[in-house]
Amino acid sequence: MGVLTDLDLSALWVSVRLATMTVIVLLIVGTPLAWWLAHTRSRLRPIIESTVALPIVLPPTVLGFYILVALGPYGPLGRLADLSLAFTFTGLVIASVFYSMPFVIQPLQSAFEAAGKAPLEAAWSLRASKWDAFLTVISPIALRGYISAIVLGFAHTMGEFGVVLMVGGSIPGQTRVLSTTIFEHVEAMEYAQAHAISAFMLVFSFLVLLAVYITNRRFPIHVS
Amino acid sequence: MSRLLARFDVRFPAFHLDVDVDVPMSGITAIFGPSGSGKTTLLRCLAGLERAPHGIMQFGDDVWQDEKNDLCLPLFKRPVGYVFQEPRLFPHYNVRANLLYGYKRIPSEERRITIEQVVDILGIGHLLERRIHKLSGGEQQRVAIGRALLTSPKLLLLDEPLASLDIQRKQELLPFIRRLHEELRIPVMYVSHAIAEILQLADRVVLLKEGKVIASGALNELFTSLQFRGHFGAHRIGAILEARVAAHEAQYGLTQLEFNGQQLFVPLQSVTVGQVVRVHILSSDVSLVLEKAIAPTSVLNILEATIVEIREMDQASVDVLLDIGVPLVASITRKSLVTLGLKPGQRVFAHIKTVALNEELMA
Repeated sequence: MGVLTDLDLSALWVSVRLATMTVIVLLIVGTPLAWWLAHTRSRLRPIIESTVALPIVLPPTVLGFYILVALGPYGPLGRLADLSLAFTFTGLVIASVFYSMPFVIQPLQSAFEAAGKAPLEAAWSLRASKWDAFLTVISPIALRGYISAIVLGFAHTMGEFGVVLMVGGSIPGQTRVLSTTIFEHVEAMEYAQAHAISAFMLVFSFLVLLAVYITNRRFPIHVS
Repeated sequence: MSRLLARFDVRFPAFHLDVDVDVPMSGITAIFGPSGSGKTTLLRCLAGLERAPHGIMQFGDDVWQDEKNDLCLPLFKRPVGYVFQEPRLFPHYNVRANLLYGYKRIPSEERRITIEQVVDILGIGHLLERRIHKLSGGEQQRVAIGRALLTSPKLLLLDEPLASLDIQRKQELLPFIRRLHEELRIPVMYVSHAIAEILQLADRVVLLKEGKVIASGALNELFTSLQFRGHFGAHRIGAILEARVAAHEAQYGLTQLEFNGQQLFVPLQSVTVGQVVRVHILSSDVSLVLEKAIAPTSVLNILEATIVEIREMDQASVDVLLDIGVPLVASITRKSLVTLGLKPGQRVFAHIKTVALNEELMA
């Protein structure tokens, strides 16, 4: 990795931190939301589902623009925090949460739908409270869904570019991530470094996916 | 004896359950009726899985639901074991962990049923370390029953636990259900639409039709009452008796049974003397004579009886309800009724051609 500068390494660190934070936030927020979507009969369901899916079809710049406005000193989120969150790491996490939301919610939702209410009722009949039943029965049965959600959420956040550039700029050590670093290197005609980071991301993504598929095959969850 | 009282009135888009249940909490109570009559919904209401808006439910002295006071205990707070139509075992645990799931969640002082007992009654000792998907349907359902029992429930709710099994597995599981009631003394509510299961298992029946309770009472009385005979495929039943094995006459290939001071002969059975067995008599196998035969007869089973009620079924046949200590129905021709001049209160003798033991019913 001799081609990688300290700046590149710090960008890698920002990327990993960003992706980890985003996935954690999305798991906490996404689990109840995905559960609700999987089991509700509310008429609001298609509206919420479409909203969650929006980042898949929306140009990242559109999303980035609105988040930038919201995070800015006069935006609702900026006012709430009493400072501008634009061009900060926190702002970047908030933006990534929206941007990667469908990649976490959708696998969870389908895992919950597949698990159904039947095992939950069985757990209740065996004296498990709602929380207990969710933790000991539903989440293990939905484990594949969680693995997909974590991997897709993490990888998608690692790879985001447009939203990061709009909301975070590319401040070294703070908001400069791997994908924006590649862009900077290309702009500066530093093709060797761009190539090194690109190759790293390619191999990294491949290995993560491979590990997931092997784990899934090796430890299958049997849903009868 | 403690009783289970429940009143539910629940409307669904295409169905209305409106029931009032009051049954003693002992033995096996069958909730019986055709498909779509609301049996499962009633059971789910009893468990607290469906919440009836104005429901009331009391188990012995404990109130589980009283909507006037906005009370409805969630299922996990009720001392109930529930076995669903499908086994619903947890796929990420092996058999042992499934069995222990509920056991671990009750305080140790409330554990009245041990793992050894359950393993013994259900015959699942060899399965303990197996994974769920390696079990047959019958084995899975036995584990599901065991798992429910290990919460030491005060009431066991079984929702057609045999429905998804083939006839052989059914036959294999029925004695287990009978045994767990006999050995553990847990009252059971048993939902089924299969008359054969009810006749073998139940002590008491709640008859459901289109969301309403149309009758409720002891199995024998209900199915021999002339009002309900002819319903629900139970139209050929003459009597369901609990009889004690009195002796074996091996040289003739016969077993002698006793009940209420009367005796019955059945083909030789592999049951021990003193054991109580349930026997069934078809009403068409019962014929009536006015006096005890003076000339010897080849008929072995002759019971003294008093006529209670006569109901004309169609132009040719009538049902005669008899009292032999328990109810017995004879289906005879109208011609015989007139020729013999039978009327209520009269003493007669019932000749019984065939007596079937419980186990022969399903075949």
